[in-house]
Formats: sequence, structure tokens, C-alpha cells
Amino acid sequence: MEQVITCINCPVGCRMTVHLSDAGEFLSVTGNTCPRGARYARQECTMPERMITAVIPVEGSACPLSVKTATPVPKKMIRDVMAALSSVRVSLPVSAGDVILHDVLGTGSDIIATRNLP
Amino acid sequence: MADMQVDILIIGAGPAGLAAAIAAREDGIESILVLEREKEPGGILRQCIHNGFGLHRFEEELTGPEYALRDICRARELDIEIQCGTTVLSVSPDRVVTCVSPETGFRRIQAKAVILAMGCRERPRGALCTPGTRCAGIYSAGTAQRFVNLEGFMPGRRVVILGSGDIGLIMARRMTLQGAKVLACVEIMPYSSGLNRNIVQCLQDYDIPLYLSHTVTDIRGKERLEGVTVSRVDDRRNPVPGTEIDFECDTLLLSCGLIPENELSLGAGVQLSPATSGAIVNDSFETSVPGIFACGNVLHVHDLVDHVSNESFRAGHAAAAFVRSVPGEASFISVEDGDGVRGTVPQKIRRNADANVSLMFRPAAVYRNSTAVVSCGDRVIMKKKAMIYTPGEMAVLELKKEQIQSMEGDSITVRIERS
Repeated sequence: MEQVITCINCPVGCRMTVHLSDAGEFLSVTGNTCPRGARYARQECTMPERMITAVIPVEGSACPLSVKTATPVPKKMIRDVMAALSSVRVSLPVSAGDVILHDVLGTGSDIIATRNLP
Repeated sequence: MADMQVDILIIGAGPAGLAAAIAAREDGIESILVLEREKEPGGILRQCIHNGFGLHRFEEELTGPEYALRDICRARELDIEIQCGTTVLSVSPDRVVTCVSPETGFRRIQAKAVILAMGCRERPRGALCTPGTRCAGIYSAGTAQRFVNLEGFMPGRRVVILGSGDIGLIMARRMTLQGAKVLACVEIMPYSSGLNRNIVQCLQDYDIPLYLSHTVTDIRGKERLEGVTVSRVDDRRNPVPGTEIDFECDTLLLSCGLIPENELSLGAGVQLSPATSGAIVNDSFETSVPGIFACGNVLHVHDLVDHVSNESFRAGHAAAAFVRSVPGEASFISVEDGDGVRGTVPQKIRRNADANVSLMFRPAAVYRNSTAVVSCGDRVIMKKKAMIYTPGEMAVLELKKEQIQSMEGDSITVRIERS
């Protein structure tokens, strides 16, 4: 099985071909020009992850609270994490770095505030 | 005539203004005042809630608000006065700054040095020559970003994005995650000026099609936008008849470039560069008006805030040096754009430069495996080879102060040579 992806590490944007076994295991990559590309190709084709950032409405504040996942979470869970965030209630005050939701959906990643809201 | 006097007055408390203020205070300048139009410091970073900021400066990936907070906290530690909710109306050539705010009313402030750090604004619809009706539902991407991220409003439900700059790409993802349907991202050029990372993570992740070599050729709607027509363009960017695609949408976001915001600079008599739309500066970021400095996106549009901060630290140090000493007559080496190079900053270097100088410019096209060359007449001063030089990424060449001090000609030229 082959998958063609664009490397995102730098502006060169190498077009890489990733060879995968039928079970989806990483076999090899061609087209990359540096080791960072190879690392990204392996990750992206076997277990793609994304940081998620969003805003949560806060009662008593005209400005919503910006938040992020503390670590990248599986890409296929983006929608689920967004849905989980929509039911979160936050009380003021909040400081950047505060944990808003522990271990979101069992990903091992906390949702943390990225700004202060007094 | 002035109501108060300060040593250094900084206009704008975004990343540029904050860094300049921090540098000047660290150099021992007591009297510093930062004026900010918004109700909080942080500038555009406040609404850039996505991550990817700070990799160069902090060696970690921060969101925009987190990056801003680091500088805001440092400014507070240093007891730097930032007055928010204050709009600067004018700057005079002798550095009298006129401003208004609800708290203090109308004031004139005399400064020994002024640092312009007002940032940039988005190219508006009026500058794009888009046809069609003047209905509601058409926003610049940054305006939509402000609505969603700072004010908690959704500007619409079915969205087309014109332009594939990074803000447009980021907003494609934001609008999608907030429940809107993004139908297309349309780019007139045959390539996107956005980062590969954003093409992948903001469009491909959500199956949003990117139409390269396409543009919006009709906008329909009476009160509110009802739809747009998108057409392919030929290699002279003229629409090709018969290639029209209709999209039913209530929102059109424009992400078609950024322009330094220099109304105040012009009023102060600061000379602007047609290549950057920002001030012409020397290696200490001083403009053509003595004692007025410029840094960050008001000087030239950057890709990375890390570079804005580094440039602005230098501008802050330079302004501090200016208020401390009466500078003698300086003699300059001018910096010219050569083949493949646009908008090199600084445009002038003091012959007796006391520090290394970063030459920053935008490649005029995509050059692979090419070499950037700085030369003085026939003499090559430095070369830097790279796998890629692209308009989407500002290039930086570092000149050593010894190289500058030993230069003999009156000008140097920066160019890109294909190898």
C-alpha cells in the first residue's frame, strides 16, 4: 500500500511516498530529503496526531476562553474533543495554564487555558 | 505645548511594541510609555489562538495568547507603563505625539524617541477589484477571526475563502471546527502562499478543496451574501469563460495579503519604501526622521512573530542608545534589491555599525537550490545557499559588523543566483 503526503516541516514541502504493509504498518518512505521528513511520514501514516485549539464561552465574560490540548491527540478524535468541549462550564477567574478538563476522552491530554480571564 | 514628556514613546503594545519596550527598559531607560488602541496589550496575537508560535525564540510551540503573555508579564516585571484604550491621532516630525483616551482625554506628549509598532492590516475588498453586489457577509479573514475567537460570534454558516494566505487557511479550520461548512479556498496564484503545514492541517484534514489559479468572479446577494462564482484564471490572471463554478454561501472571507499600517508614519514625514510599504530604515531601525524608529509588521510584514520580537528588541536598544547620546553625522551604505530579491530591510547601514546586521528580504519567486549573494561592486561579501527560497518565507542574511566596517563602496546589492 502506498500513500503520498506532503512534508510539513519546512517550506521545501517534499512530496513523500510512504510504503505501508496491508496491516497498515510503516515499511519505508521515499522522497524525503532529511530525517525529520522520515519521522513525520512514519507518524503521519501510522498514528497521525494534532494539537487542538478552541474557545469556550464563559458565563459572565464577553470574551470566550481560549484553550488547547496540552499534548497532541489522535487526529481522528478532533471532532469528539470539540464536542466534549462544547459542554464544558468554566467559572472565573481563569489563569493561563489552568486545567479546564482532565484527560479529555481518555487521550491522556488535559485541556488547558491559554489566556487569563479575570 | 506638550502636556507631558517621555524619553521613549512606543505606539502599539503588540509583540513589536512590547519587545521594543522591554529592550529599552533593560538598557536602563526609565521613562517609557506604550500606547495601545485596544483594551488589552498583546496585539493580533490575542486572537491567534492556534499554536505554532515561539519555536525559534522559546524553543517550544505556544499559542498566540501564550506568546503574548510572556512579553506582557516581562513588561509588568519591568514596571513598563502601558496605556490601553488610547488612540494615537498624529505624530509630528519633532516627535510630539497626539492621542486621545476616555480616561485622559486629549493629550500631547513630547518624546525624545518614538518607536512605531502599529502592525499591519489586511488588504480590504475595495483593493481587490472583486465584482458583484455590496452585501453583508464579506469579511477579511482576520475580522472573522476576531469575531470567533475574541467576541464569541460566528460570522456565518456556509463559507468560501478567497486567498490562501495563512490567516485564511487557519480560519478555514476554525470555522469548520465551530460548525460551519467551508466549501472552498480559492487562490488566484498557481501556488499557495501559506505554510505547507497549514495546507495539510487546515484544509486537507477537513477535505476542504483548494482551487489554485482560480478567483471569485461574481458576488451575489441583496442584503446578505447568497452566493459567489469562482472561475479559473489564465497565466495572466484573467478569468477563463466557461470555467465558472457557483457556490451557495452566506460568507466570503478575504485573505489576500497584509499591508503595513503607516498613516501615522506618513504624517510624521517618514519616507516609505514602495517594495515593503513600510518605512525606509537604517540598521538601527531608525526611519528617515531622526529619533523615529519602526519595527515589526509596520516596517515589513513578517511570517513569524519570533522574527518580529527579535527585530523589535534591536529597535528598542537602538532607541535607548539614541536618547542617551547625541549621534554624530553618520555615513551610510545603501542596500539595493538585486535579481530575485524584493524589499530588503534595512535599506541603509551605518558605516560604523556597532553590531551585526540582519538583511531581511522576500524572494521574488520560488528558487530551489539557489544562492543568495551580497556584493559590493564586483566583490562578493557573503553567500548563503538554501534548498529553497520562496516568497512565502522571509529570508535572512546576517552581515558581521567587521564585514560592514571594512566595506569600501557606497552600496551593496542582495540578489539570488540560480545554481
